[in-house]
Amino acid sequence: MENDGERVATQTMEKAGAENRRNVAISARSLVKTFGTGEFAVHALKDVDIDIRENEFFTLLGPSGCGKTTLLRMIAGFELPTSGIIQLDGQDITALPPHKRPVNTVFQSYALFPHMTVAENIGFGLKMLGRSGGDIDKRVKRMLALVQLEAMANRRTDQLSGGQQQRVALARALAPEPKVLLLDEPLAALDLKLRKNMQIELKSLQAETGITFVFVTHDQEEALTMSDRIAVMRAGEILQIGAPTDIYERPTHRFVADFIGDINILEGSVVSSEGRTAQVRLKDGAVIEARVPEGVDGSGDVALAIRPEAARLAGPDETAALSGTLENVVYFGAASYLHLRLGSGEEFVLRHSGALDAYDLSTGSVLGIALQPGRARVLE
Amino acid sequence: MADLATTHDAAPAARARKLKARDLKAMPGFKAIAWACIVALYLPLIVLIVFSFNDNRSVVKWTEFSLRWYQAALENEGIRNAAWVSVKVALVATILSTIAATMAALATTRAAAFKGQGLAYAIINQPLMIPEIVTAIATLSLFSLVKYVTGITGIGYLMAAHTAFCIPFAFMPIRARLEDMTLTLEQAGADLYATPLQAFRYITLPLLMPGIVAGAMLAFVVSLDDVIITLMVAGPGETTLPIYILGAIRRGITPEINAVSTILVGVSVLLVALLFLVQRRMEK
Ligand SMILES: Nc1ncnc2c1ncn2[C@@H]1O[C@H](COP(=O)(O)OP(=O)(O)O)[C@@H](O)[C@H]1O
Ligand SMILES: [Mg+2]
Repeated sequence: MENDGERVATQTMEKAGAENRRNVAISARSLVKTFGTGEFAVHALKDVDIDIRENEFFTLLGPSGCGKTTLLRMIAGFELPTSGIIQLDGQDITALPPHKRPVNTVFQSYALFPHMTVAENIGFGLKMLGRSGGDIDKRVKRMLALVQLEAMANRRTDQLSGGQQQRVALARALAPEPKVLLLDEPLAALDLKLRKNMQIELKSLQAETGITFVFVTHDQEEALTMSDRIAVMRAGEILQIGAPTDIYERPTHRFVADFIGDINILEGSVVSSEGRTAQVRLKDGAVIEARVPEGVDGSGDVALAIRPEAARLAGPDETAALSGTLENVVYFGAASYLHLRLGSGEEFVLRHSGALDAYDLSTGSVLGIALQPGRARVLE
Repeated sequence: MADLATTHDAAPAARARKLKARDLKAMPGFKAIAWACIVALYLPLIVLIVFSFNDNRSVVKWTEFSLRWYQAALENEGIRNAAWVSVKVALVATILSTIAATMAALATTRAAAFKGQGLAYAIINQPLMIPEIVTAIATLSLFSLVKYVTGITGIGYLMAAHTAFCIPFAFMPIRARLEDMTLTLEQAGADLYATPLQAFRYITLPLLMPGIVAGAMLAFVVSLDDVIITLMVAGPGETTLPIYILGAIRRGITPEINAVSTILVGVSVLLVALLFLVQRRMEK
């Protein structure tokens, strides 16, 4: 009986494994990159495992210096890992030079060839692949139309605006139809409005072409709006991989919760738990019910995360889960952010979207806080 | 509010005044020194050129305009032979030294760091640091030895010597250009399927061209101008133009020498102007 159960389990796992393997475009295992040696060693990547699926808009998100560019350069082939392997479509490409990888990069600095026209830039990859002149012309025309630069074909690249150069870089990288497109903070140099437009354009380009995009950014909002999945990195490690809603709603790690959007993090200890639900006593004595995510140990001292929009002011006849003294109110049109100080001395921000007339909003007034059920989470 | 505005306006004006005071052009004596430098640099040349057109044997007393010394110079077999030797040697030295300098510049900037890279840099620049007369004598000793052992003679020795001392001059602008070029462009090429050779051919080389042209022209002028090493190394029948002029002067300065020198100046100016134009066009 037990044996049978085990066999069924193994079979399903194998099947899932095969399914995964078929869908994975880039896969990295135990990837380590150390620059320098001895006391000058910089551990840019520490044991990174990652699977990037086909046709996916995948984002590497993390603060500056966490190793995003290093990981991208390793996928492109500009950097050899200290140890570990990288596979593309199931084939080991760890030591393959860049020109033999069906992977193209949009560089942060664009790196357009200054001695070539826009059209020559876009056609360069195809020329190196030995395509015929007619093929190249046709494809370049298509790419120019795709990025709406038909009129610029014979311009030199230094005669273009930043946004246009960005699009040339994009067209140049897409022209050879790579399996994977790598983008290293491609929008960082653009002003806000152009950046918002390009976010939408990039997203639709990805959907249109069906090419796997690996996108690097340190902007959490950009990551949330564009990605199918996000890997959050810190100091050479991947802390969490998941869909934007997973990362935002169900962070497993304190750093992830803190890095993505506003969040309240409160110290407490678990008094009882049942399955993945725990009762957590906070420092000011209140007991709150919280979800314990998979893989997080929900016992002893824990940190509790509550998004500002998962809390609101308690009504007059409601029992408040928490209470705090008001320090500051910030109006944002449709909603207001209220900054409160809890009995424990911790700060708590809540987003109240209803009317505020019924409340005493003078600084120092004590207000009750109501929590949406099931939105408080225990962090690693 | 008003206070804030005034301090804001006052600050840049004060800064502008300070900057103006610090401007070199505002220093006392700036104009005088500038003119002194220009006169010191160009007055001798002007005298030389003016008297090359003098219709008289004298190079100090002007009589009337004429081109007879140019005609004489062009008809002078000795001058014509010397000019031909100069051009031959300079061309060969320019081509060989520019190729060597380009490879050296690539190796010191584009190859992975290697042991003795700093030393290599010093070795390439050696001819700039050792007094030319020492290099000349050393070269002469070596070539005498080689000639004695192999029995081979000819203009090849002179060309080899010129190639060697032209390398650092060709090297400097090429290396400067390479250091300015970011590696990202070559990486972008590799990313777009260019093999290392193709990346060099389609990206590095075209972008490096202004540096190579500048290096080659510098090498050409330096070779054309050399006296000391040439004096030591040149065999019979290998008289270059500067050596010929030097020999002729011992017999007294004639306007014919002025004419030849003026032609040399003209060639140099032409080359520099050409270099300037080429660089401007390539940078556009
Ligand atoms: N070539 C290099 N030599 C030494 N250290 C490097 C090199 N490249 C990156 N690093 C270091 O590795 C770490 C990760 O860098 P990077 O991948 O560029 O981070 P990110 O792109 O996330 O900002 C940083 O501490 C950086 O200083
Ligand atoms: Mg980076």
